[in-house]
Amino acid sequence: MSGHSTYEPKTGFTRWLDSRLPIIRLGYDSFVDYPTPKNLNYWYTFGGILSLCLMTQIITGIILAMHYVPHVDHAFNSVEHIMRDVNHGWLIRYVHANGASMFLFAVYMHMFRGLYYGSYKAPREVLWILGCVIYLLMMATAFMGYVLPWGQMSFHGAVVITNLLGAFPVVGESITTWLWGGFAVDNPTLNRFFSLHFLMPFMIAGVVILHVWALHVTGQNNPSGIDPKSKEDTVPFTPYATVKDGFAMVLFLILFSVFVFFQPNALGHADNYIPANPLVTPAHIVPEWYFLPFYAILRAVPDKLGGALLMFGAIGVLFVLPWLDTSKVKSLRYRPTARVFFFLFVLTCLILGWCGGELPDKMVFQVGATAAGDPIGLNFVWLSRIASAYYFAYFLIVMPVLGLVETPDAVPDSITASILDHSAEKKGLAHAG
Amino acid sequence: MADTVGEITPAGEDPSRRDFIHVATMAAAVGAVGSVVWPLVNQMNPSGDMLAMASLEFDLSKVADGSEVTIKWRGKPVFVRKRTPAEIAQAKADDNADLKDPAKDADRHKPGKAEWLILIGSCTHLGCVPTFGGGDWGGWFCPCHGSHYDTAGRIRKGPAPTNLALPEYAFLSDTKVKIG
Repeated sequence: MSGHSTYEPKTGFTRWLDSRLPIIRLGYDSFVDYPTPKNLNYWYTFGGILSLCLMTQIITGIILAMHYVPHVDHAFNSVEHIMRDVNHGWLIRYVHANGASMFLFAVYMHMFRGLYYGSYKAPREVLWILGCVIYLLMMATAFMGYVLPWGQMSFHGAVVITNLLGAFPVVGESITTWLWGGFAVDNPTLNRFFSLHFLMPFMIAGVVILHVWALHVTGQNNPSGIDPKSKEDTVPFTPYATVKDGFAMVLFLILFSVFVFFQPNALGHADNYIPANPLVTPAHIVPEWYFLPFYAILRAVPDKLGGALLMFGAIGVLFVLPWLDTSKVKSLRYRPTARVFFFLFVLTCLILGWCGGELPDKMVFQVGATAAGDPIGLNFVWLSRIASAYYFAYFLIVMPVLGLVETPDAVPDSITASILDHSAEKKGLAHAG
Repeated sequence: MADTVGEITPAGEDPSRRDFIHVATMAAAVGAVGSVVWPLVNQMNPSGDMLAMASLEFDLSKVADGSEVTIKWRGKPVFVRKRTPAEIAQAKADDNADLKDPAKDADRHKPGKAEWLILIGSCTHLGCVPTFGGGDWGGWFCPCHGSHYDTAGRIRKGPAPTNLALPEYAFLSDTKVKIG
């Protein structure tokens, strides 16, 4: 999409088409001849994996919609009908349900990779923001999809999340009533969630096109964070990137299959196989694993509005990330101090995920007890408070300040130089060993 | 000033007349867009049938002393609780306690009907259904995020901002109540 096109139509038909709709040229320039940095590692294969995930979800989703009934009286049973009666229905539903988890897993890998190698920094700010929009749409889609089977977790999850919007003063109640189409989560809510769950993947596909477009304008970042300077620094997309992406997809599909065929319900919750009952809330209500860190942030705040704002802020802060990082060096490969803070951040996200799945008053560890018998120690609310504080501090304090005060390592002149340095270092180690 | 305007305006054209046409067109366009967008937004609000089912009658003779019946009203649970004298006494005793959302027990039930506590059974935090008997104040406890309510349904501890809401209701007779 950028640079000079080297496509030459070879047959009469492709020459005829090329002067009318240069679609083959577009494909050739974008996915065959497109120059990619020659040092891309396996962390860079998640982009391709994500497009595979999106396609899988759209195809299985459209099929499921042929058998599913979006009505409170039939939704749960129609899902069981898919599982028991529809030919291969169990497979298609398990691929779709686990596919959501796989999709979110891949997107988290993709995001952490972008954070580590500074892929959000100039000139890739728009590329990053489009990615954040995709992530936001994915979360909305995943949430609404989880409501559709109309089990206990579906229903009460929907109640809790939609009530978050009720936290806003004055307009909160009108917003929730409008969203529900009634005075509680009910049939109108299920109906519209189904409609929107069907629509949103296509919106995601649209933003993905913009995301890839922006990527092809600026060119890919790479582990060194140095932009390609000569032809020597790049290799053509095909066969190099296609083969590497393809191999990573195969490995990813193996992991995917392990879940679909051996542990199809490991990532779900048993309570969701109980039909929704608005009069009884399950004893322990938790969201899907991919929302747990945000759920922990929500519960870390004792105030309803404050918790909701902080949770939305945790995602909002990603949008302004390109302007929070003051470092001139992109890749953390050359920022040893920043690397420590980064791995601490990854650990924090995992801890938040752990907190989100536990009851707030449960003790992480106990050192004693008061006279009244109350335990003394650290409970999960306090652990999530500490972790939430670091989550925000990483973006709002570490990123702006560290870029100004740290001394980064020497950055090589080019991608090729970085590779030669790297292998020289390895050889040196081998000799020393 | 008048001279300057006269100079830049071509002969035979009245600038204020042209401005008026621009403003009027813009106003009409905004009005048109608004009148098209509003139905698209408003269709998501509760429909007529949803609003029509908004009230119901309930026979209180089914509820024994110290027990509770949960009924569904507007898609939400409503607790109809027949309180014991001990529960009422406890609720009254706490009238002047340090309350997050201060309310007297007398304002939580209809006059002379202290035994009947009728509440919307939706936690004011995020809408889960609290269960009776849990919690530190002998009332309701919400399993989702740990809010404690007392025997008058007042919030005592936890993230919920307000007391359990009271539905609009009236006694039709000693044993019959109309909710909504």
